[in-house]
This record gives sequence, C-alpha cells and structure tokens, in this order.
Amino acid sequence: MPPIIQIEDVHKVYQLGSVQVKALRGVSIEFAQGSYWAIMGSSGSGKSTLLNLLGCLDRPTSGRYRLGGDDVSDLDDDRLSEIRGRRIGFVFQSYNLIDQLTVLENIHVPLFYQNEDSPQSFERCAELARRVGLGDRLNHRPSELSGGQQQRVAIARSLANDPLVILADEPTGNLDSQTEDEVLDLIDELHQQGKTIIMVTHDDHVAQRAERVIHMKDGLIHRQVINREGRLSHP
Amino acid sequence: MISPIPFRLVNTTRLGVKNLLLHKMRSILTMLGIIFGVASVIAMLAIGEGASFEAQEAIKELGSNNVIARSIKPPDSEQTSGGQQGMVVIYGLTYRDAERIRATIPGIQEVYPMRIFRENVRFDTRQIQAQVTGTLPSHIDLLNVPIQRGRFLTEVDQHYRRNVAVISENLAQRLFDFREPVGSEIRIGSHYYRIVGVVADQRPSSKSQPITRLSQSEDFVYIPLSVARSRFGELIVRVTSGSREFEQVELHQITVRFDDVSQVEIASEQIRTLLRSFHEKNDFQLVVPLQLLRQAEQTKRIFNIVLGSIAALSLLVGGIGIMNIMLATVTERTREIGVRRALGAKKSDIVTQFLVETIVLSVGGGIIGLAIGILIPVAVATLTNMVTIITVWSLGLAFGISVVIGIIFGLYPASRAANMDPIEALRHE
Repeated sequence: MPPIIQIEDVHKVYQLGSVQVKALRGVSIEFAQGSYWAIMGSSGSGKSTLLNLLGCLDRPTSGRYRLGGDDVSDLDDDRLSEIRGRRIGFVFQSYNLIDQLTVLENIHVPLFYQNEDSPQSFERCAELARRVGLGDRLNHRPSELSGGQQQRVAIARSLANDPLVILADEPTGNLDSQTEDEVLDLIDELHQQGKTIIMVTHDDHVAQRAERVIHMKDGLIHRQVINREGRLSHP
Repeated sequence: MISPIPFRLVNTTRLGVKNLLLHKMRSILTMLGIIFGVASVIAMLAIGEGASFEAQEAIKELGSNNVIARSIKPPDSEQTSGGQQGMVVIYGLTYRDAERIRATIPGIQEVYPMRIFRENVRFDTRQIQAQVTGTLPSHIDLLNVPIQRGRFLTEVDQHYRRNVAVISENLAQRLFDFREPVGSEIRIGSHYYRIVGVVADQRPSSKSQPITRLSQSEDFVYIPLSVARSRFGELIVRVTSGSREFEQVELHQITVRFDDVSQVEIASEQIRTLLRSFHEKNDFQLVVPLQLLRQAEQTKRIFNIVLGSIAALSLLVGGIGIMNIMLATVTERTREIGVRRALGAKKSDIVTQFLVETIVLSVGGGIIGLAIGILIPVAVATLTNMVTIITVWSLGLAFGISVVIGIIFGLYPASRAANMDPIEALRHE
C-alpha cells in the first residue's frame, strides 16, 4: 500500500528582509494511511512550517510533496485551495469556528466551498455533530459552547469533507486536562476508524497517544520514536 | 446539483446579510451616505422634472408649429409722445403684414390676424374683465378646444360684421351662472353682442400661471375681426395720469401656423426679415414657441447635469464611507478569512463574500433611499402645490449607481481580504 503522504528532501526558506531563514533543511518522510503521528519540537524547530506545508497552506522552496499520489508541490493558489478543501481536515489550537455561524453551519463550511448544498450534505454534517456528541447543539453559536465542545465541533468540521488526512495543530493546547482527555479520546476514536492523523504538540503526555512521534530540531527530523506499531503500517 | 453558482450566491448573500445584521448600528450608519445620496437624486430630479414639465406645457400651449408676431410699442415712442403731447403713435403689425406673410412664406397652413383688447364684459349687473379677441372664423382650429354650446364665428359673421360673440366656458359660468348664455346679449365697451357659442377653456385645470402664458386671464371673448375693426376702431385712447395718449394699431397679433414643425425655424427667420423690411421702428416681437421649448429643454439639461454632479458627489462620499467600514471589517475578520481559506475557499470565494457584503450594504441603502426619495416629492407636491414628476429612469439611475458604487468601493477591501496569506491570517489575534 503506497503511503498517503510522501515528502522528499523538502526545503523551506523564508526571506525576512535581508536575512534568509531556513525553516526546513531537507526533510523526507512518509506517512502511511491510517497512521497516527505526533510532531514535537521546540519553537523554531520547523514543526509549524512542516504542518503548513502538509496542509497545503504553503509551498516548499524545493523538494517534492505527494498527497494521495499526486504531486502538489507546485500547484497554484486555486488548486491548493481545492486540495485543502477536498483532502485535508484542519483542527486548530484555538478551534477557529466562525462566530456568526451555528454549529451545523460551521461543520458545513468545507462542503460549502465544494458546492455541496444538498439536504443530504447537511444531514451528513448533523450526523458528524452527533458523532462528536453535540447532536443536540446544532443551532447553537460557538460562543454558547465550552472550549471542549467547540473543539469537538472543529473536529466534526475537519471530517465533513472526508479528508485523506487530519492535521491537528496543538488541538488540546487551550483545554484543561479533563477536556483534553475527552478530545484526545475522540481523536483516538477517529484513528480506530481508520483516519490518518498528524498532530503537532509540545506535550509528551499528548504525544504518547500517537503511534509514532517525530522530533524536529533546526529544520530537520531529529529522531523518530515508535510508541507502538499501527494496524496498517506493517502488513 | 443543477447549478451551483446561484445557490452559492444566494447563500453568500444570506451570509452577508447575517454579518451586517450582527452590527446593525454600524451598518445603518454606513448606509446613510448612500441613503441620502439616492434620496436626493430622486427628489431633486422629480422636482426639476416637474418644474420643467410645467414650463414646457405652457410653451406647448402656444403651439410648437406656430410663430407668433406681436405688436409692441417701439422703445423710443415713449419720449416722442412725452414731448409731443396729443400726437398719435402709430405702430405695430398691419393687415398688409398678414397678407405679405401669407403670400411670401412657404409652408404656411394658416395665418391668424388678431386684435386683442382688455375690456369689461357686462351682463345684467355683472361685470368681468376679459380678453376680447377680434379674429377670423378659422381661429377655432388654433384654439383646439371643443365647442360646448352653439357655434363658433362664421364667415357670414365676418362678412356682415355681425355683433356676435363666442365666450369661454369659465366666463359663461361667471356671467350667467345656470342661465342659457347662447342668445343672450352682453355689452363690451359701448356695444352689445349676441352670444352665439361657448367654447371650452384652453387649459381646464392648470395649477399655475406661467409667465409665457398668452394672458393672465382665463376669460376669453371672441368676436369677428371685421367687427373689432369697426366697433373699436384703430385709434386707441389711453388716459394716463392727466395726459392722453393716442395709439393706432391695426393688428395686435399675427399667429402663423405651419404644416410641419421642421419648417418653423427657417420660416420664423423669413418672417422676421420680411417684417423688418417694412417696419423701420422696432415695433414687433416674434415669439417662436419651438425655440422656447428648445431653450427650456436646454435649461433642463443643464439643470440635470448640475443635479447629477451633486448626486454623484454625495454618492461618492457614501461609497468612501462604505469602503472605510469594509476595510475595518476585513481587518476585524482576518482570522475568519484564514479559516475559510484553510477549509478550501479560493481567493475568488473570499472576494465574492466581501463584495456581496458591500453590495448588500449599498443596495440596502439604495432601496431605503429610493423609498425616501419617492416620499419627498410626494410630500412636496401635497404641501406646496408644486408639480413633481418621479420618472422611472431616475429610480433606475439612482439604484443602478448605488449598485455600481457597491462594486467599485467593495473591490478594494475584498481583494485585500482575498490576498491575505492564509498562514498569517490564521495566526492573527
């Protein structure tokens, strides 16, 4: 089974005034379908840059990035938007729900940009809300929900377009330990159901949940730790 | 899915309205500029249109294919008569003039020579001042009003110099109330005239009296021209503060009617040249209603341009206000823009979203302005007796401009929103 994500010798250089910042200096890695990864590293290690590249929010300066078998390294802005909308689910540290939309509408946003407007698509979003335990809050505003609930809405939203991979950027960074466990349990559950998950965190305790952990340092992969073998990673 | 575009537009519009309702006060204040702009355009155009309509109606009443020559006292006659008291001032148009015009100018349908006096008309104990016109039987074509009772003047009346008169409806009512006017005798000056007919008033319900009107009075008496000549004579004695003035005028007015409007302007110049060669003193005046009409239209055009500039300026100010607020909104919602981009929105989707929001603002302002703009002329018309005309094109124009303003002033904020780096936008606090 080919890996769902292949990164080959990816460099990313930022030009900050007259200074060149080498955020990534030749990263190569493969993520198998259904695997669960955590990326760790101190700030400035390049983990956020790597996540942005994985999320097609940015393009590598050099190197190749294949997502679901297609090379997406050099796509234009519109094509990248399309790839994000179809193949990637985002979960952010600060939830990033849209305040003026209801829970159901928030979950539906990725489908809105895919021109999915059928009643079935809304039914699907309602089903996702039930799956994260918020079936009774469909018409609530984000401001009426607790942090944990908001993050669960965000997770439901990341599933709306049935993505190839879910990218979670410090998904529990703003939560207390109890809700943190709830959200991590939910992510575990998604993993059990076969989703590919890549999560950035700086918390060892959180990283323990993943199958494998990548430690980044100075724009390179410093080391990889295998917590346990995934179901699909070896035949 | 049949067609995704309309659905998304509908949804985006719904979203836009929702966002604007989130900040009601801000939205209303933003719309004010457009509201006032649109309302003032419509109101000013309606009032202007009404004013020029009245002027044009008054001119049209004179007849656009007519040329009117009037006798006027020559400007230098005042001194001569002052110095030589008792001298007769002879001036004005003559029967010969009428004949010459009829004989030499091409394209003439009819020539109407007239003698016009202001006289007291008496019946029984009532006395009303009216305009008495000595004219030919064909005058009825010029009047272009229906005969309500009896008949108009005839060639026989003219030929036999019969003391007959046709009076206008308004005068008939004031003199006779409910009695039968036809057959009655009225006294004009020192002579008695038998009424043979009543004609309708020229403009039954005119609200105002424009200056260009033939006469201030709405009361008219028509008598045969031959009678006017023999009964009134050509010598007119005017008694003014102790001194007497004698004037001799053959015709007060010659109205020339042409077959076709296109001939009027050339022919009016020909008439002027013709009359000048026989009138050394400047004792006539040529009124060409068509030219007056042109002038009125020209004035209206200038008026509209001035109004248009003021309106455009106020809408421009309104548009800048909208742009200002939209730029603030874009900054405020940077994070949302980042999220939407991450979730698959293209730059064009973001442009659409903010553009639609701006257009909703400006169109909303446009609709409210439209309503106020219609109310103002209606209120003015009911309160002040002025005529106001709300034209469909002015509504369309005002509304169209508000949409265009929305697009123009929405583009910059929208493109700024779309061109944000999604990563930066997501990090924005």
